[in-house]
Amino acid sequence: MTEIHGLGSPRKRVEDARFIRGQGNYIDDMKLPGMLHLDIVRSPYAHAKIKKIHTEKALATPGVLAVIDGPTLQKYNVHNMPTLMSDTQMVLPIDTVKYQYQEVAGVLATDRYTAADGVAAVEVDYEPLPVVVDPFKALEPGATKVRDDKESNHIWHWEWGDKEKTNKDFESAEVTVKENIYIPRIHVSSIETCGCVAKWDATNAHLTLWMTTQAPHAIRTVVALITGHLGLSEEKIRVISPDLGGGFGGKVPAYPGYVIAVAASIVTGAPVKWIEDRTENLAADSFGRDYHITAELAGTKDGTLTSLRFKTIADHGYTDAAAQPSKFPAGMFHICTGSYDFKSAFVEVDGVYTNKAPGGIAYRCSFRVTEAVHAIERMTDVFAQKIGMDAAEIRMKNFIQPEAFPYTSALGWEYDSGNYPLALRKAMDMAGYEELRKEQKEKRSRGEFMGIGISSFTEIVGAGPSKHFDILGLKMFGSCEIRVHPTGKAIARFGTKSQGQGHETTYAQIIAEELGIPADHIKVEEGDTDTAPYGLGTYASRSTPVDGASAAVASRKIREKAKKIAAHLLEANEDDLEWERGRFFVKGSPDQGKTIQEIAFAAYTNHPQGMEGGLEAVSYYDPPNLTYPFGSYICVVDIDRGTGKVNIRRFIAVDDCGVRINPMIVDGQIHGGLTMGFAPAMMEEISYDENGNIHGANFMDYLLPTAVETPKWELGETVTPSPHHPIGAKAIGESATVGAPAAFVNAVVDALSHLGVTTIDIPMTPRKVWELMHKHGATLEE
Amino acid sequence: MIPPSFDYVAPKTLSDAVAALGGNENAKILAGGQSLIPLMRFRLAGPTLLVDLNRVESLSYIEEKNGWLRIGAMTRQSTVEFSDIINAKYSLLADTVKVLSDPVVRNRGTVGGNVANADPINDQPATMLAYGAEVVAVGPKGERVIPITSFYIDLYQSALARDEILTEVRVPASKPRTGGAYLKLERKVGDYATAAVAAQVELDASDNFVSIGIGLTNVGLTALKATAAEDFLKGKAASDENIKEAAKLAAAAAQPIADVRGSEEYKRSLVKTYTVRALRMAVQRAKGG
Amino acid sequence: MSTHHISITVNGKTHEADVESRLLLVHFLRENLNMTGTHIGCDTTSCGACTIRLNGTPVKSCTVLAVQADGMEVKTVEGLVENGALHPIQEGFHEKHGLQCGFCTPGMMMTSSALLERNPHPTEDEIRHAISGNLCRCTGYMNIVKAVQYAADKMAEKVEA
Repeated sequence: MTEIHGLGSPRKRVEDARFIRGQGNYIDDMKLPGMLHLDIVRSPYAHAKIKKIHTEKALATPGVLAVIDGPTLQKYNVHNMPTLMSDTQMVLPIDTVKYQYQEVAGVLATDRYTAADGVAAVEVDYEPLPVVVDPFKALEPGATKVRDDKESNHIWHWEWGDKEKTNKDFESAEVTVKENIYIPRIHVSSIETCGCVAKWDATNAHLTLWMTTQAPHAIRTVVALITGHLGLSEEKIRVISPDLGGGFGGKVPAYPGYVIAVAASIVTGAPVKWIEDRTENLAADSFGRDYHITAELAGTKDGTLTSLRFKTIADHGYTDAAAQPSKFPAGMFHICTGSYDFKSAFVEVDGVYTNKAPGGIAYRCSFRVTEAVHAIERMTDVFAQKIGMDAAEIRMKNFIQPEAFPYTSALGWEYDSGNYPLALRKAMDMAGYEELRKEQKEKRSRGEFMGIGISSFTEIVGAGPSKHFDILGLKMFGSCEIRVHPTGKAIARFGTKSQGQGHETTYAQIIAEELGIPADHIKVEEGDTDTAPYGLGTYASRSTPVDGASAAVASRKIREKAKKIAAHLLEANEDDLEWERGRFFVKGSPDQGKTIQEIAFAAYTNHPQGMEGGLEAVSYYDPPNLTYPFGSYICVVDIDRGTGKVNIRRFIAVDDCGVRINPMIVDGQIHGGLTMGFAPAMMEEISYDENGNIHGANFMDYLLPTAVETPKWELGETVTPSPHHPIGAKAIGESATVGAPAAFVNAVVDALSHLGVTTIDIPMTPRKVWELMHKHGATLEE
Repeated sequence: MIPPSFDYVAPKTLSDAVAALGGNENAKILAGGQSLIPLMRFRLAGPTLLVDLNRVESLSYIEEKNGWLRIGAMTRQSTVEFSDIINAKYSLLADTVKVLSDPVVRNRGTVGGNVANADPINDQPATMLAYGAEVVAVGPKGERVIPITSFYIDLYQSALARDEILTEVRVPASKPRTGGAYLKLERKVGDYATAAVAAQVELDASDNFVSIGIGLTNVGLTALKATAAEDFLKGKAASDENIKEAAKLAAAAAQPIADVRGSEEYKRSLVKTYTVRALRMAVQRAKGG
Repeated sequence: MSTHHISITVNGKTHEADVESRLLLVHFLRENLNMTGTHIGCDTTSCGACTIRLNGTPVKSCTVLAVQADGMEVKTVEGLVENGALHPIQEGFHEKHGLQCGFCTPGMMMTSSALLERNPHPTEDEIRHAISGNLCRCTGYMNIVKAVQYAADKMAEKVEA
């Protein structure tokens, strides 16, 4: 009997077979006959006029076929493209560059080595212009404008909550705390960079675009809209996302390189490949974070939190190319009341233009949730520190209690379910919290700096209900189409796109659970817009809550029809039938039944008259709400007072993602997510000097942790199903990245709190920690 | 990230290599390539001829001979890392190689390359200064021995003539009552040092310092020898008090440049802290601990 | 001379080609031989996605010239399977969920299979140290360590058998 591998099975991954053999099919593996290579000339200046592009040397290089510039693209009106936030992004500039490493010209050649030579041979005369890198200065009157087509550097203002009540509550509060928190710019740095192969078929006016994209359908529609005036039409555009070597949000946006490649293919009639190198990836494609938050909490002397007020300056680079739902330019930042029962709250965010690369969505953050959680979890500790309360105690005191769900926060989110005290208690037990506090006291008396940091986060994922969520107008429903074959096997296609999350394995488990068809007999496909149902892709942890729900709903539609067929086969009344996973049987006569396989066969050979044959269904699932995974993390650190190095002694992570489809994969997602919370907390940062020169454009400067630095994560779980999700699942992909950074910061601040330290910005590099201790006279001079 | 075109030869003998190097002003030696090839991929270096030493026989060895531990220039860092004799008797070098770049890069990187680069960011120059090493150079005029104290002149500038090849690095053979340690602040494996200290000591029967070598990594335009600290300790007791005093002098000898890894003050403080810790470890090892 | 004739044995099969001096070994494998299992992930010899075994030793093939491998043996991920059977390291990665997106995996397996030949019973810390030249963004390394430990046990069984 083939195992079903339904929900809860640690089913081994289907995807592995090709990857462990080196038979993955990534973009740069593609080789088509006659394929040309595109490489890109980039600006060394953060802000400059382009006086002249000298192409003679490049064009004289054997094998270089063309140098494409902005004016060339302008003839076809594809020199600009809309961003997902309805702003404008240059594909290639006409006369001005706005950030260092911006695309200036494309060089098309017969092979990648020649293309690189061509790029090196292009000479550009620039006239540098004043540079804007400080978003606060950018908002001052008289500041140099980043954008010639805009009035100022202020992009938008967004606010949410009850301003009046919040201000009143702050005025009358017994205790208030305030800190400035900067969450710096970081980069997803998937080990595979971005790229595409564009293939224009002139005979049929058909474009095939293989692309590193987490949202192939959205890209297809956007390409159709951008190139409609050139004769391309959506039914003649096929976007294929093959295997992706990581995504984390960085493969959501459309980058200029893709558009130039498409244009080059149309002009030459040959397939054109473009693939970034790492420097281009880090310097020019989508960053994450870059939020300057002034955070305030108000409450009582005995530790009740009452009110929250956050003001944020969001540095967006030279154009707003984030990818937020259109109603929420700051994403779901207003989840920032977190796991606590605030009576009032008010948040405002102002987007600002600077001479930096555009972006802002990416880095495993689900729509600015990491920024929000970082702020609330930090400020909760700041408040606790001010009144001298233990970090666990203040959380327990202020948690939204299990009975309060579904709970509507002061900022309007309806949390589906949660049991915060249970998760925190579990984490505390795993950590031996009370013992650790004793140890800390004892160590402190001997001048040893040990810290314990907690983060009890609530995530918000599964965008989203069509009433509130769309990207560029496209509603964010999930999609799943299932066909069951005569021999009882099935194929299921989705509008999402895995970049390592294991959809080929886990989606099958959902369907297996619903239909009783063994997961091994269910083929899962994603990524080809010609065959997959329309979907908004995979990011912001939406696949399980939205498309996973579609899988369950589509399966149930199939089961409904299967019941009719079973009734027909068993010559019984539908109402007299019962279902157990994999078969219908007559109530009271369990040996009188039909398996799903028998039913499938009958769907094609012996269906009831008057009914259509076949056995398939499609579901475009409009989630009624978001889902709210949560957890409690505890971090234990020891600080080297001589060097500032922080040793992560332990990290306990208790996660609740509702029903766990595949515990092996859930744990893997948490391990990876924690590591992408650890790295920004301790070592990752992209920064710019006052001339807009980037620091962090290669892996010597942009620090990704190795197996040596990465802590040995200790995992625990609680399970609080989502009441509105068809299978009670919530999502897990990004929780750990959202929840972890604050735990690290809280631990380090805790270790130094007796010195009067209340805050430190990430990344907490050795130099930063040392300088903070030094400022307080607490470094150890041996 | 594609290098520009260049010519390439892989001579089988040292004299052919010297001739090839001498015959082209714009030629460079290719040893491990783990520093040079990345530079060429970024087009920051553009030699028109690479003279590959990897086919030259007899440039890879580790042997104790005539009072020296002799390491052939083309000896891979990983060979040093897993060498029984180095792990047993040359703790400073053993420590250094373990934090040099990463384990896979060490399979290609060579001792000669790390020493000859004259880049203060590399780890082995300071270690060689602490050992009081010598290097052997071979050129058109023949072979000569250069003490390490004369080897580092300026940033990327060593005493090697343009047409000379470094063929061997040697440190004084280990003897009883000697020990060393290397401490480096790296933000992750593979990072260059924010600062690092190499310490090598010899004690007499009464635990006084007979000889001391202290080298500093990445706190100057070259690797630095903390001469004042060394002179201070010579003949003195290996006490914590003396070690701390020496560390102050080592920190004063450092010439750090403020950059993303740290301010001048921080780097100097690291030198002080690591000198104390490295000397303590070196002393403990010299005592047989 | 800026082009050279080379002969490289890859996974037991010898290939001859005329290549530019500047051709990186990783490009020779991926483009000339169409063996795309070895990947490229960075510009600074940091990530190790390109790790292959040159005469048995793991090296980053983006930082070796193809001409330097003339006359040598190269082993890539495509050569791990022997007589149709998965190498224990491949089994380990599958059994222990040691991969997610799969991009770093070939390099990880080449480095760790070499580790196990040198050190058949590594501790967890020795494993982490050995793979510290290979970056992974997906797994947080936990299950990669388990995969290598699984392979170590499997290889020890084979030796005993």
